[in-house]
Amino acid sequence: MQNNASSAAAVQADAHGEAHNPALLHHFAEPQQQRDAASLGMWLFLATEVMFFGGLFCAYLVYRRWYFGDFAAASKSINMPLGATNTAVLICSSLTVVLAVWAAQTARRTLLLVSLAVTMLLGLTFLGIKGIEYKDKFEEHHVPGASFSFQNVPIPGHPDQYADPHHAQLFFSLYFVMTGLHALHMIIGLGIFLWLFAMAWKGRFTPEWHTPVEIGGLYWHFVDIVWIYLFPLLYLIDRHP
Amino acid sequence: MSDHSSAKSPLPTYFAVFFALLIGTALTVYAATLDLGKFNAPVALTIASIKATLVALFFMHVKGASEKLTKLVVIAALFFLLLLLGLTMTDYATRLWN
Repeated sequence: MQNNASSAAAVQADAHGEAHNPALLHHFAEPQQQRDAASLGMWLFLATEVMFFGGLFCAYLVYRRWYFGDFAAASKSINMPLGATNTAVLICSSLTVVLAVWAAQTARRTLLLVSLAVTMLLGLTFLGIKGIEYKDKFEEHHVPGASFSFQNVPIPGHPDQYADPHHAQLFFSLYFVMTGLHALHMIIGLGIFLWLFAMAWKGRFTPEWHTPVEIGGLYWHFVDIVWIYLFPLLYLIDRHP
Repeated sequence: MSDHSSAKSPLPTYFAVFFALLIGTALTVYAATLDLGKFNAPVALTIASIKATLVALFFMHVKGASEKLTKLVVIAALFFLLLLLGLTMTDYATRLWN
């Protein structure tokens, strides 16, 4: 390696960082493998999240089967138009997230920054609407605890029967835990996107390396999917007049 | 990826999925106002699952994933979720509690 004939190769080996794609870490063979490894890791995390939420969905389904009428009565007291609006808000935010990923892939800096900012705005809108919903529930004494009250609420389809307050309280416990855990994920997502925005502002993302945008996008879409199930299960048990 | 720039734009797909998701939301709200008896929950869950599949396939790029392991993880997660829900519900639905 010391003679002149191989000096060119030696220089290249010494200047390892410059000779290689700087976006490619040494232990990966090519950028595609590096991207695949990152998204595979994220998907493994999301698989654990599926089980995390899955346990709550399972508990919900069991009690909903047992106390269907009480759950339907409690579900009817939630503001459904607000929930539907929030579903639309999250779907819009999922669109801006794929636009952000596409903008990063195609080196469109302005679109990337705007998409990330709009995503955060939509996330905040979701949490604001959620806050209004929670405020209503507090005022109606529908928050499980000492001041919980759900008296003389008829069961949908059975106007002569009243919902059992204990069973309704179970519904609201599940409602607050499931939507609360989802809202916590939204808040974490907002933190991630704030960081992505700062990175994008500094121009750190290139078409070769924008893994955080893709990974953060996967997380956001997952939180959207959880809401896609929460909305019909919690808000739409029995809405027919 | 040499063919990266020449690949056709994914934007039409993204917008088509976006509108399908909005229509699905409107549909599920409408379906909830109908008296479908026992079929209310299955209809709502079917629409939700179609929406979730659209998000996973096109927004989360499961469809275009070059790594087969990613698809395996997605399917494994679904499998264990269905195992959890399916076995629990068959148990609770077939026991004589009273």
